[in-house]
Amino acid sequence: MTAVLAPRSDVRASSVFLALLRRDMRVARRDLPFFLLRTTMQPLMFVVVFGYLLPKMGFLDDSYTTALLPGVLAVSLALSSIQSVALPMVQDFGWTREIEDRLLAPVPIWLVAAEKIFAGVLQGVIAAVFVLPIARLIMGPIEYLSFANVGVVLFITVLGAAAFSALGLYLGTAISPQQIGLMFGVIVAPMIFFGCAYYPWQGLSAVPVMKYAVLINPLVYVAEGMRAALTPAAPHMSLLVVIIALFVITAIFWTLGMRSFLRRALG
Amino acid sequence: MVAGADVASESVRVRQRIGVVPQRPNADLSLNVIENLEFHAAYFGFSRAVSTQRANELLERLGLAEKKQSMVAQLSGGQQQRLMIVRALMHEPDIIFLDEPTVGLDPQARLDLWEILRDLHARGRTIVMTTHYMDEADRLCDRLAIIDEGRLLALDSPRALKAKAPGGTLLELMLDGEAAPAVEQAQTIGGLSRIEARNSTLRAYSDQGGRPLPAFIEAAESSGRTVKDIRLLQPSLETLFVSLTGRKLE
Repeated sequence: MTAVLAPRSDVRASSVFLALLRRDMRVARRDLPFFLLRTTMQPLMFVVVFGYLLPKMGFLDDSYTTALLPGVLAVSLALSSIQSVALPMVQDFGWTREIEDRLLAPVPIWLVAAEKIFAGVLQGVIAAVFVLPIARLIMGPIEYLSFANVGVVLFITVLGAAAFSALGLYLGTAISPQQIGLMFGVIVAPMIFFGCAYYPWQGLSAVPVMKYAVLINPLVYVAEGMRAALTPAAPHMSLLVVIIALFVITAIFWTLGMRSFLRRALG
Repeated sequence: MVAGADVASESVRVRQRIGVVPQRPNADLSLNVIENLEFHAAYFGFSRAVSTQRANELLERLGLAEKKQSMVAQLSGGQQQRLMIVRALMHEPDIIFLDEPTVGLDPQARLDLWEILRDLHARGRTIVMTTHYMDEADRLCDRLAIIDEGRLLALDSPRALKAKAPGGTLLELMLDGEAAPAVEQAQTIGGLSRIEARNSTLRAYSDQGGRPLPAFIEAAESSGRTVKDIRLLQPSLETLFVSLTGRKLE
């Protein structure tokens, strides 16, 4: 114990960032089956009912699966990104206070939050990659499905996961632990049902008020972006609009989330 | 300034030089004991090899070696508190801050912790700790500050502070109502000084030990009150605290 082992020069922020990420990945790996169940169960059951059972019964046209598949991916990545950031935040700041050891690391505090968002993006991507083949398998052949734009699919996935991770940071730090149930009932559930995940945005032309009201919902842009990338021949929102909207949404929630995180961390 | 760095403008550098032991253990519940320590060291830029060796040494020294692979939730309160100390030492801080480290510990765990702190101190660590237990402060500290609601009331060695404690035994009577009416009557009693009332507590210093107590009680009861409890305190850090803050220790 007498040997001085401590590096007295400043610690590199990048190595601390990687250590934080390694910690989150180790915990996520242990939790993986539960994580996947938690975040993909709901969208996959939707796939079974609306992508398999109803078409089989003749209530729905087979072509509905074209609109459903990209939406299901969007929901999975949104749920997993939000949860993987918001739930630990609510717990850590609410009662366990275990994030304090990371807040004491010799790096600027915002880096700890940035790492959480980064880890949330990774987990969103993992959920989407997990759901895609299963959903395709359940639904059978899907009209217009094309993997020609894999790069665009990945880009939208990452951008969408970033938007929802940032939203998760904001919700996780702004909501008190007692109201975590409310977060799902009042924010996440309506977001999913009015997020154009289970129907294309163009379809809302039948209800013009809804068509414009849902534009405040970030999920709309992820679902429509997925449609633009995966089923480009089917109706979808312009990819440019989607990308701009997702950048703006990410920036807004990053700013709000960071402010809220710093307030909690220093409070 | 902490460890030669400005807290406001160089908070990152300060964090590198301090170790913190919180009042309530806040170990990473998703990790086991050794992982907690290795990751903590990694947050401070240590390599895996160095941190593993250091963690093993410290766990051994603080009697946690057998719990290395346990999840944090399986540890007792005292073990978790010791884990917090190990963690605070992982990055070789110059200064260790402990926030009421013995609250909620059983007497044996408390004594063990005192031993650990003495050992660290003997190894040249600066230790800053807060406590509500005056005996703990008296036994462990070189310099002692009495702080009440953010105000520094006294700062000196325990010996010098005890010398400043008001002379005589502190007599306290807890009454069943407002104590103020009894003050005048009590002032006629010989051997009592600095008689005061605070809510339902009647307080005086005696230079004859407990001898004036019967007369003091009588004075209180003659004002129509009933005495519910009695306390006698020898001059100590506790009587100094009471005389400085006007409050009892909670």
